[in-house]
Amino acid sequence: MSAGFLRPGAEAIAEKGWLLAHKWLILRRASQIGILLLFLVGPWFKWWIVKGNLNYSYTLDFLPLTDAFQFVQLLAARQIPETIAIIGAGLVVLFYWLVGGRTYCSWVCPVNLVTDLANWLRARLGLKGGAHLSRQTRYWIFGMALVATALSGTLVWEMVNPVTLLQRGLIFGMGFAWTVILAVFLFDLFVMRHGWCGHFCPVGVCYSLIGKFSLLRVKLPAREACNDCMDCFAVCPEQQVIRPALKAINGRAPIILDENCTNCGRCIDVCSKNVFRFGARIGAATGAGAVAPLPK
Amino acid sequence: MDNENKLRVKGPGSARRQFPADTARMACGVGLLGLGLSLYARHAKALPPAAIRPPGAIPEAEFSAACIRCGMCVRDCPFDILLLAKPEEPMSTGTPYFVARQAPCEMCEDIPCIKACPTNALDHSLTDITKSKMGLAVLVDQETCLNFLGLRCDICYRVCPVLDKAITLDPQNNLRTGKHTLFIPVVHSEHCTGCGLCEKACPTEIAAIKVFPLYLAKGQLSAHYRLGWVEKEKAGGSLVAPDVEHQYNMPEGMQYEHGKGLSAVPPAPISPVEPVGLPKAFQGGKL
Ligand code: SF4
Ligand code: SF4
Ligand code: SF4
Ligand code: SF4
Ligand code: SF4
Repeated sequence: MSAGFLRPGAEAIAEKGWLLAHKWLILRRASQIGILLLFLVGPWFKWWIVKGNLNYSYTLDFLPLTDAFQFVQLLAARQIPETIAIIGAGLVVLFYWLVGGRTYCSWVCPVNLVTDLANWLRARLGLKGGAHLSRQTRYWIFGMALVATALSGTLVWEMVNPVTLLQRGLIFGMGFAWTVILAVFLFDLFVMRHGWCGHFCPVGVCYSLIGKFSLLRVKLPAREACNDCMDCFAVCPEQQVIRPALKAINGRAPIILDENCTNCGRCIDVCSKNVFRFGARIGAATGAGAVAPLPK
Repeated sequence: MDNENKLRVKGPGSARRQFPADTARMACGVGLLGLGLSLYARHAKALPPAAIRPPGAIPEAEFSAACIRCGMCVRDCPFDILLLAKPEEPMSTGTPYFVARQAPCEMCEDIPCIKACPTNALDHSLTDITKSKMGLAVLVDQETCLNFLGLRCDICYRVCPVLDKAITLDPQNNLRTGKHTLFIPVVHSEHCTGCGLCEKACPTEIAAIKVFPLYLAKGQLSAHYRLGWVEKEKAGGSLVAPDVEHQYNMPEGMQYEHGKGLSAVPPAPISPVEPVGLPKAFQGGKL
């Protein structure tokens, strides 16, 4: 099977053309970099469209947005912020309930640019193997971060959180925060495939919890057309989410309901048979247990 | 296919046997990580001496829990004095501070930094900037303060926005010249806001007056201490029996004088007097 030796997506490029086979990737990068730039043009050119950072921001002097994980950490530390930050948290939860929880990871988080680069390089260099760990580890870290916060009375995770260290660093001054980012990069490159985002990051966990119920999902209306090229598994950062929907395990509906799907759209891009597309969760319940999330 | 998928091909039984060991390992690892982080967090709980929090900052122990590290205060400070702590700085990463010698707080009347804060890290009930307690100025070096040396620098006194209250000039004799006056700057903690304008303005190479976080700058009396003169004022009169002249019990006919020692009492004309030297309380009188 010669196709197995081609790079994932080669078939899709041949079938759909380069642009269509990279559509969601391009949009995603535009979103990640665009959001970063929105924060940066303030300090760079004094165009204050957005003030603050991903923890809390204030856009065009009317729109407050509070990061969900920061908000949960504040609550764990028994701190109730001002009303405006509570409204901001509500808006963020509502937004990610609509567009998918871990959409944050693929479309907003700046660390994703770093870990994606590591993963791309890993594939390019042909690095195989490495450490293995349960993907459930991140839920433990999430719990640990909140317990440690409650016990110590300070936002413990914020001392090492690469997401905020990187974004705040870029906007307000980096200091030695780059060392943490470099560590994440090297870890993902040499030690563990999809290491940080796939196994450790509690920010992603927090958004995945919102994503349990979210509306926008990847659907597989043409799953019968799948020719088992495995390209979607090869590119998906959370490949365990695909199988139940693609292979109709336990009669599952053709929709990815796992909360850890990041809605990155890589599977849509890479599939030459156009199996995947984005769609709403509503009306997708054709099979039993379609709406219930996967049991762990 | 990558290993992860291979694992999944195994029967559910082996995965289940694997489960308790894996979980225990993970719980231990993550628990250790949590412990390490909590210990590491402790060093970040006190503020380094040169770092001053923005006006209205709640006590340090709570501040690092309440602040969402957004930098809104930094953005809305018109004088751009605030910085967010970098990871290598010995305080809670991402929290705001300023360094008075570099850029002091100009004490904006409308306190935009507090208004911008989306949390209670900066106390929104503070509306009068002169009531803020960012820190406390301390004249740390009497050997280099120009006024202590007998010159009339007075700069800290003059730049202080709480003029004549937070810093006063206390005239003292200049013992070196014997005929001039020293104007000693004295900081009064009930009025000093800790803005740091004095530290910034002090013309010596290294400031003789410095602003420190309150926990460093301020002492505290033990709870049981009472200041006699304060209590007296509160009570509207003395609370103790008035002092009486000290009495020595000498051998009859002798007296004692400091420096001279014992001597015979010189004979004195005898006159009828009231008994002296007994406290009033023992004289049947009232306090
Ligand atoms: S898992 Fe964490 S680091 Fe990775 S993209 Fe999501 S939020 Fe960012
Ligand atoms: S299933 Fe598709 S959209 Fe979801 S994470 Fe995997 S590649 Fe991305
Ligand atoms: S009072 Fe004014 S100068 Fe001082 S920190 Fe706040 S905004 Fe900045
Ligand atoms: S505005 Fe408030 S929450 Fe934000 S960094 Fe400043 S003190 Fe912290
Ligand atoms: S400004 Fe400095 S040198 Fe001048 S009086 Fe004040 S403390 Fe002394």
